[in-house]
Amino acid sequence: MFHRKSTRFEPRQRYADTVRLLVLTALTVFANGWVSHASADKLAGGVLAQKGGAGITACLACHGANGEGQAAAGFPRLAGQHQAYLVKQLQAFANGKRKNAQMEPIASALSAQQINDVADYYAGLPGWKPTANPVASSPQTALGFKLATSGNWSKGMPACFACHGASGEGIAPHFPSLSGQISSYTRAQLKAWQAGTRDNDPQGLMKSVAIKMSDEEIAAVSLYLENPALNGKVK
Amino acid sequence: MMSSWLKNWFQSQKQTRKFHPFWIVLVVMATLAVGGVVWVATYLFKVEEAPAVPAVVSSATPGQDGAQSDNLPAIAKPSPLSVEQGGVFSPPDPEDIPSGEFGDVIRLGKNIFTDTQTYASAYVGNGLNCVNCHLDAGRKPDSAPLWASFGMFPAYRDKNKQVNSYEDRLAGCFRFSMNGKAPPLGGKEMIALTSYSYWLAKGAPIGVALKGRGYPELKQPALAPDEVRGKGVFEANCAICHGADGQGTLVKGRYVFPPLWGSQSFNAGAGMSKINNAAGFIQANMPLGQGGSLNLQDAWDVAKFMTSHERPADPRLAKK
Repeated sequence: MFHRKSTRFEPRQRYADTVRLLVLTALTVFANGWVSHASADKLAGGVLAQKGGAGITACLACHGANGEGQAAAGFPRLAGQHQAYLVKQLQAFANGKRKNAQMEPIASALSAQQINDVADYYAGLPGWKPTANPVASSPQTALGFKLATSGNWSKGMPACFACHGASGEGIAPHFPSLSGQISSYTRAQLKAWQAGTRDNDPQGLMKSVAIKMSDEEIAAVSLYLENPALNGKVK
Repeated sequence: MMSSWLKNWFQSQKQTRKFHPFWIVLVVMATLAVGGVVWVATYLFKVEEAPAVPAVVSSATPGQDGAQSDNLPAIAKPSPLSVEQGGVFSPPDPEDIPSGEFGDVIRLGKNIFTDTQTYASAYVGNGLNCVNCHLDAGRKPDSAPLWASFGMFPAYRDKNKQVNSYEDRLAGCFRFSMNGKAPPLGGKEMIALTSYSYWLAKGAPIGVALKGRGYPELKQPALAPDEVRGKGVFEANCAICHGADGQGTLVKGRYVFPPLWGSQSFNAGAGMSKINNAAGFIQANMPLGQGGSLNLQDAWDVAKFMTSHERPADPRLAKK
């Protein structure tokens, strides 16, 4: 009985085994390829960031050795920024949706693969961390704290952190990280949204906030976001 | 010419001794003294009365036009309630919460309100925080602000066919909007939320329906609200934060953008599950920072879309 049943089902069983084996092999190959592909991304991105490429300036020349940005020139921090956000910005520089004399030619020279690689590299670098002993707040950073955490609803302006995460770490993919960002960069971007010279925000969400802000508020919140460890209490 | 005449008259008065010129000085000084006393008295009186008087005057005459408003005493302007200017009650700034024991309880109330998941977790049965529907920590007009609600209780409510205290009203929020259970009356959470509301309502009149209370009553749309059109509005305006599936955005176990239906959202007994409330809230406040941007039809359609989805049952029906 057992023997007969076994022989009867043998061809079908062998067929099933073959299918199983094939699926397993395919999965293994795919997983291997995916893992090696992903790590290659980051490595290639790192090389691009540090050494540049054909017609591509090394990113670190302006964005710092660790992607920390450059305060004096207003070049933004990239380290720890969300991958999808960085990809979107590089694409926007390349297709002219975002204007910037330095970035446009570089982004245009990058292939789609290179954009992914370099975004992956910077997203993987450590983001901003609060320092153990933050410097004391000023009345200006106290205003910035208030705007970042509560907004200014008398003007219909929501808190920065309502969309950019409870401590400004960003909410992928649409809302970038703000914490630790170079203040001169944040200031310039808020002004650009006000003036309409930057308009690649989804649904005009950032513009509708920026146009409600005074120069004083823009200065204060930019300064605060550079070091959001400050609790807003003036010592 | 004039001065020499005055000098002559002055000298003659001195010599006839009928009228001593020092009297002029006396009269001037006496006038100043009396005037000063009256001025100081009115100043004190006004400062004392300012917060209360304009509130009553203004809210009792909401139909006043600009010309009439200008006739109101100047002292009315810096009062917390500038409704006579067509304005809205302005609650105190959270930075001004006093120090000391009462201040600490007010601050706890604010914390419960903005981070209900942490500070009143035992009474919450979903992923929401009070502040999701009451923007700006319960301060924003047209977003059911606490300062407009506080002075309207006790009140009879059709919802439970009895007179409700303010605490009863808060309990309703926990039961329906938070899909949880009410914190005990007189307990830490109730006292803190009531204290915070009381503090926000400082200077607001009692029993007066203030401008900005609750959610705006929208006019009926041209076309009957439609779920299919609403889906389009949702995808174009809301999905970026609330997700294509309306389940909000969860980061590290916390909702950074709230779920609009499903098990982690408000239940079917909540005010927000009624299409008119939802449409009013959405039109006035959504997308965040772009309040008033959706047209009437879109607001009703997207409210219809949101309220058509499944959510936890109304606990009043479940008990029967």
